[in-house]
Amino acid sequence: MTVLARAHEVTRRYGQVLALDRLSLDIGAGELVGLLGPNGAGKSTLINLFAGLRRPTSGTVELFGGSPLDPVMRRGIGVTPQETGLPESLRVKEIVDFVSAHFRERAGRKELLARFGLDDLAGRQVGGLSGGQRRRLAVALAFAGRPRLVFLDEPTTGLDVEARHALWDGIRSFHEDGGTVLLTSHYLEEIEALAQRVVVIGSGRVLADDTVRAVRDLVGVRRVSLVAGDLPELPGVLGSERVDGRTTLVTTDPDRLVVELVRSGTPFSGLEIRPTTLEEAFLALTTKESAHV
Amino acid sequence: MSSLALAHTRYLLLEQVRVPIGLIAGALFPAISMVAFVVPFAGQDPRAATMATGSLMFFGAMSGALIGLSITVAQDREQPWSPYLRTLPAGPAAHFTGRILATLVTTVTSAVPVLVVGALFTEATFTAPQLLAGLGVLVAGTVPFMLLGLLIGYLTAAKGAIAVSQILFFPLAILGGLLLPPAILPDFIQVVSPFTPTRGVAELLWAVMAQTTPDPVALVSLAVWTVLAALAAGWAYRRDEGRRFS
Repeated sequence: MTVLARAHEVTRRYGQVLALDRLSLDIGAGELVGLLGPNGAGKSTLINLFAGLRRPTSGTVELFGGSPLDPVMRRGIGVTPQETGLPESLRVKEIVDFVSAHFRERAGRKELLARFGLDDLAGRQVGGLSGGQRRRLAVALAFAGRPRLVFLDEPTTGLDVEARHALWDGIRSFHEDGGTVLLTSHYLEEIEALAQRVVVIGSGRVLADDTVRAVRDLVGVRRVSLVAGDLPELPGVLGSERVDGRTTLVTTDPDRLVVELVRSGTPFSGLEIRPTTLEEAFLALTTKESAHV
Repeated sequence: MSSLALAHTRYLLLEQVRVPIGLIAGALFPAISMVAFVVPFAGQDPRAATMATGSLMFFGAMSGALIGLSITVAQDREQPWSPYLRTLPAGPAAHFTGRILATLVTTVTSAVPVLVVGALFTEATFTAPQLLAGLGVLVAGTVPFMLLGLLIGYLTAAKGAIAVSQILFFPLAILGGLLLPPAILPDFIQVVSPFTPTRGVAELLWAVMAQTTPDPVALVSLAVWTVLAALAAGWAYRRDEGRRFS
């Protein structure tokens, strides 16, 4: 398999903050990789390194076998701008033409805008677009230069369900034509719908790198929260925290945990069981605290 | 010029033209200085008036280049669009060319009111070829200051750029003899003056518009300044990683 992008033992610091901690990751041609992790896990920093926006503090980052800092290497990638930053006074077609001018191979403007449902908006100034329209324009710009590898950072945040599914179709068809995608998302659903391989990062390190199914099992955990004093040792607890007298336990098997809790005779009240969000699950997995509270 | 540099120029001009107030403001200040200082004091002497017209034309152009450009660049760097642009496959050359050409539009615009005041209210005299040569020198002479503006814009935050560019601007203008003719400046300034980039441009402007003989030291130091500013601006662009917080 040809490796298109590679991070090897990459560390990146911002002052005292360690964003990436000796992280290694290869992205092969034709892969559709989902990058998951809580806020601050280092996802954006990793994409910024691959896109040539920042330099690693130590370690090496490669793009198509060269340096991402070399503009020639960047001809093969597509990146989404933050939609809040699009120049407001420019028209949609002017922005597409400007971005396209940087690439040897270009997607036709009409075809590109049609693919993202923007064909009626070519003559509109960006300042007059809705949030969802800006988001779609931002994603469309990643495909303007017929890239081999696109980095999509939270591509569907703020989109309604219909627009989200339309965008997924666009990403899938790009992938079916041989394109490689590195996608970050807060939505497990989105990663499940699109990705084959999932990389979970937390505290700047790769915590899991596996198929969607394997990672889904990993995060198929529940939160059990209750008000109680000292708890006995309970089975299957991955992590716990205590805020204002309320204890929250993260577990793979909430039923067994409750049975054991009742058996132990420990007094408790206000029992709640709910599914974790991805973010909570990752926080639990990355927490080094013991199961005892 | 590459089509990429053209695309950058076009994009920057579109942004500039759609918010035209910046153009107008840049054009007024030097014209007002002309009315306030040149017309009453040097308006009757053709040679002095012509030299002052050239100086103030350049004074306005330099303000747009050094102060205007550095603030624009620093402000743009604080927007999320700027890091995106850096992911596109282009080095500093295309973007710098675009910045310089788009700013030259402001430069030439700001020279027009000064020329009008000079022609109508003073004894300044210049022929059409002299005027064209003067504008050519103006355009070329503004480039090193734009490179300095780019350097400041890439090194500092927007508020810093305002301060640094203004701190540089007035001493450079005074030392270079733009506000008062060098002949009446104190001795120590006369010693330093040829080594400022402003003096070199002023020498060229006076030479083509008022037939003076340019000082070779000032011209050489202008060339050195231009090369250094270009190298430094390219370095600052490369080391920039957007706004940083720690």
